[in-house]
Amino acid sequence: MTDTPASNVPEFSVSEISGALRRTVEETFSLVRVRGEISGFKRHSSGHLYFALKDAEAVLDAVCWRGQAGRLACVPEDGLEVIATGRLTIYPGRSKYQMVVERMEIAGKGALLKLLEDRRKKLTAEGLFDPARKRPLPFLPTVIGVITSPTGAVIRDILHRLAERFPRRVLLWPVAVQGEGAAEQIAAAITGFDALAPGGAVPRPDLLIVARGGGSIEDLWAFNEEVVVRAAAACRIPLISAVGHETDTTLIDFAADLRAPTPTAAAEKAVPVRADLLAQLAETGGRLTGAATRGLSLRRERLDGLARALPSPRAAIEDRARRLDERAERLRLALPTLLLRRRAEVDRLAHALARAVATAKARLERDRLRLTQTGERLKPAVVRCLAEHGRTLDTQAKLLESLSYKRVLDRGFAVLRGEDGTVVSSTHGAEPGQALSVEVKDGRIAVRVEGTPRKPAGKARTDQRQADLF
Amino acid sequence: MAELPADIAALSFEDALGELDRIVRALEGGATKLDDAIKAYERGALLRGHCEAKLKEAEARVERIVLGTGGTVGLEPALPSQ
Repeated sequence: MTDTPASNVPEFSVSEISGALRRTVEETFSLVRVRGEISGFKRHSSGHLYFALKDAEAVLDAVCWRGQAGRLACVPEDGLEVIATGRLTIYPGRSKYQMVVERMEIAGKGALLKLLEDRRKKLTAEGLFDPARKRPLPFLPTVIGVITSPTGAVIRDILHRLAERFPRRVLLWPVAVQGEGAAEQIAAAITGFDALAPGGAVPRPDLLIVARGGGSIEDLWAFNEEVVVRAAAACRIPLISAVGHETDTTLIDFAADLRAPTPTAAAEKAVPVRADLLAQLAETGGRLTGAATRGLSLRRERLDGLARALPSPRAAIEDRARRLDERAERLRLALPTLLLRRRAEVDRLAHALARAVATAKARLERDRLRLTQTGERLKPAVVRCLAEHGRTLDTQAKLLESLSYKRVLDRGFAVLRGEDGTVVSSTHGAEPGQALSVEVKDGRIAVRVEGTPRKPAGKARTDQRQADLF
Repeated sequence: MAELPADIAALSFEDALGELDRIVRALEGGATKLDDAIKAYERGALLRGHCEAKLKEAEARVERIVLGTGGTVGLEPALPSQ
């Protein structure tokens, strides 16, 4: 052994110095929060997580034992900037130090929002937020499942608003809504409700509400976790998400069938207002009765109206009976009236006949009288008449005699006649050579015309002279 | 009221109210045959009763899910802490 200043420095074995270093590090850094980006993330089959935290300058190995790994508030992945909480330790066998992570949270709002956006895009691409997946909410659910913290204002607000609008049966599935393991609990509750068989001991809700009050983005982070989003998307019961305040949006809102801005609003979306329904039902019921009554009275009125328009058979019969009676009466009266009229006619004719006979008799009498009288006057009248005619005849005969041409013959005149006896009173008809007869007072002389008369007047005279001469 | 026919008993409040509304409209329209109108009224009355019964079931009951061993799901009455 040499006593040199250098030798004053205590000498450690490797194990000793390693152990001393390990103690120093572990005592000094028994609880640290380290901010860095996850890199080289590896999940070992044992359940332990191995990764590194790094920044621009340095790298820090880290491990998360299985017991803690399931309870992390966020799921580690490469590129995620986190704040890891844990302790530093040294692994002497490899001269390496590392951080044993017990809790982990996402670091910084910007990083969180980026992660959120990336995840949203990824799940959207998977079709989890497809509008076609949305189920309509039941109008009036019978059983409502609520997934939220059993303590706090949220469940109270929901129950209060439900009671106000329409009291329903509510099944509360208590979960942690933030912190480690919250996402897994929420997802398990959604899946658990969905797994209930209809008609089982625990009634299957027909509507789910997943709710949480307001908080920071970190507080609400469980509702952004894939496991929750996937459970909500897969759930066959219509689901309302109501996480945070109106301005907060978490990924479960995209997967839910309806997003309510607040837990109270979720209760309002869940059930209608009972009083409104009662009023509406009363009104509809009233209309039903009214319409039925009105329908009947309307038909009654129409029937009455038609019945009025329909001629009454009794009236028709009565009318006909009246007309029949009237005719029967007229018939009954007709014969006597006719006989009476005929008798009057006969009487009138008989009288007329008697009058006519009397008149005729009187006229006959008168005529007979006149005949008798006339007859008595007839004979003297005839005698007188004959006598008168006789006298007249005499007178006429004398006159006739006095006018006869024979008297002229007596006085020397003659009548010249043709062969046919016609009187020739001019030269006409006295042709030369013609035979004529001349009548004189005591007989006739036959003569013949001589020569040819040159002119009628002279010849006749000549002829007469010649006749005379002859 | 007469025994509720099964098809009405199975109706949701909303469907029953919807059918009641259609019946009322038809009756108010007045074009229904008398026999049909009477049948419709009777059915309307049953639907109304069904709706009223549905509205009467307005009991607020809050229960809490309890997880048993082996993942069984049970219920217990719950009054949420105020």
